[in-house]
Amino acid sequence: MQAFTQHSGIVVPLDRANVDTDLIIPKQFLKAVKKTGFGPNLFDQLRYLDEGQPGTDHSTRPINPDFVLNQEKYKAATILLARENFGCGSSREHAPWALLDFGFRAILAPSFADIFYNNCFKNGILPLVLPAEEIDMLFQGVESGEIAELTVDLDSQVVVVPTGKRLHFDIDPFRKTCLLKGLDDIGLTLEKKDLIKKYEETQKLVCPWLFEDQLA
Amino acid sequence: MSGKTLYDKLWDSHIVEQRDDGTALIYIDRHLLHEVTSPQAFEGLNLAGRKPWRTAANLATPDHNVPTIKDERVAGIKGIMDPLSRLQVEILDVNCREQGIVQFGMEDKRQGIVHVVGPEQGLTQPGMTIVCGDSHTSTHGALGALAQGIGTSEVEHVLSTQCLVQKKMKNMLIRVDGQLGAGVTAKDIVLHAIGVIGTAGGTGYTIEFGGEAVAALSIEGRMTLCNMAIEAGARAGLVAVDAKTIEYVKGRPLAPKGAMWEKAVKYWQTLVSDKDAHFDELVVINSADIEPQVTWGTSPEMVTGVCGRVPTMDMMDSASKRDSLRRALSYMGLNEGQSIQDIQLDRVFIGSCTNSRIEDLRAAAKVVKGKKVASSIKQALVVPGSGLVQQQAEQEGLDKIFLAAGFEWREPGCSMCLAMNADKLGEGEHCASTSNRNFEGRQGFGGRTHLVSPVMAAASAIAGHFVDIRAWN
Repeated sequence: MQAFTQHSGIVVPLDRANVDTDLIIPKQFLKAVKKTGFGPNLFDQLRYLDEGQPGTDHSTRPINPDFVLNQEKYKAATILLARENFGCGSSREHAPWALLDFGFRAILAPSFADIFYNNCFKNGILPLVLPAEEIDMLFQGVESGEIAELTVDLDSQVVVVPTGKRLHFDIDPFRKTCLLKGLDDIGLTLEKKDLIKKYEETQKLVCPWLFEDQLA
Repeated sequence: MSGKTLYDKLWDSHIVEQRDDGTALIYIDRHLLHEVTSPQAFEGLNLAGRKPWRTAANLATPDHNVPTIKDERVAGIKGIMDPLSRLQVEILDVNCREQGIVQFGMEDKRQGIVHVVGPEQGLTQPGMTIVCGDSHTSTHGALGALAQGIGTSEVEHVLSTQCLVQKKMKNMLIRVDGQLGAGVTAKDIVLHAIGVIGTAGGTGYTIEFGGEAVAALSIEGRMTLCNMAIEAGARAGLVAVDAKTIEYVKGRPLAPKGAMWEKAVKYWQTLVSDKDAHFDELVVINSADIEPQVTWGTSPEMVTGVCGRVPTMDMMDSASKRDSLRRALSYMGLNEGQSIQDIQLDRVFIGSCTNSRIEDLRAAAKVVKGKKVASSIKQALVVPGSGLVQQQAEQEGLDKIFLAAGFEWREPGCSMCLAMNADKLGEGEHCASTSNRNFEGRQGFGGRTHLVSPVMAAASAIAGHFVDIRAWN
């Protein structure tokens, strides 16, 4: 996984609550068997005016001029400014894959849905929670043109706003470490294999029916 | 010190390692797999040169992509017309074979929606931790198991280590007091509850459903309830173990047998929240306040009773809510204040991991028996949750009742719940659906979903618009 230490980039405002993962990447694109290539179909229903299908040339499709990501100044955005409960719905990891493939490295919102939030960390994307008032302030700043870029510093847990403001955010220390170092958390868990085996041995005595292995 | 909640007990009994930073390594007893969220996990496993930690803890079945038309099913995987869907189902088949994982393939009578198959086979048992790369894994909590949806990276993590790194959630109890009225179902309880707490109301919690009305539900009804815990933001839903739970598991193919059964039952009977357990949040709902529910918008929290109306702008207390309402009305093609029963329908879908079990089909069949689907309805689909549900329904003659009424009787799968196969809504079409999500485009590009119970969907198919099942015959 790609590490995340500090990132500066263009911020795009997506002013809409409860953005669900069906909206982030519609189901017809989940038929892929790789983790890459979802970028052109990120927010497909919002970005284009027609129904997208996998394998088609997306450069020739009719663009929705009203959708924020289609505005010239946001095309190279890498930071997404979002509203509450971002990423609700399906557990599809294709949602963070699509965001990453488009180029997003950080998402700022007042709250996230649990599974999506968790999935981001597995892919080197930093989903960070800021109080609603600060998110409002950022929306106003971005929409007025006062704020074009932000810097997110994970180590010191701050978002640096061009106006000079530094917004602190909280993050779980384990997730922070994994992201800072780009750690493979499966490898980390496997370092505990003796503990896992010990747990299994104990459980075999307490709940032996769980180890009858009828699916073998 | 206060007692433990059911969630506390399930959590505590699965800790492999508690860490100082608040996270814990949690053991996973069973892992369900399907074709959509597993290919990249198997690829990762292979690339790292790893093997499944415990092969026999896994069970796979293809469900999201599979066609539901009989002719397309006859030739098995090779018969799937969409090449991308076919490839995913093929890859699941190959991965399971290579790794020695048991799969109920397309031709297997036991194939079906993964969350219908697990309980049906007795794979789902009280006290277990169960995960699957699918958010509706919460369904299995109906049997007193801690069941959660996970992403593909975690699918690989579980395959590789049989564990997950998690932080404990908070405890929420949704207590439903009193008895449900006639025509009011588990689906109406959960839709109503989501309307009360909102689609993010359960974020960060495990929700236990309790109270008189939940105790009175069948296990299948409780599955409907827990299935939609995720629509309230909670990764897991739970119902305490009682005699019905144990009766449900008894005799199923993967249930413990003989002396092992006795031992298991003794343990399962302890899987209830202690009387003095502490819940961080308590939500009390009175059954008398629940009428048959219909969603009118593009989030499950946009819901009201069948006698209600679409809300108006002046009812919204924030700019964000007014914005959401405006967007939802525009997408749904509805007006502020419009009566729910005036919404004209184009299609009806009875199926999905929320409502495709035998009791759902029996209840819907009872409503449509001897009647005809309204001529204005383009399509009314019944998609059983598994091959065994289908078989049972056919033995009871339910298929004939549906067919005679003008419904289509299909092969098992996820079907129009998320429209990854050919079953989908056309642009602008309104659908009464027993599924779980009414998001934009969920059931097809531009499709307009209204979530309802099976009896409400059945009656609406006959009437051509929403009707109050309580006053309808």
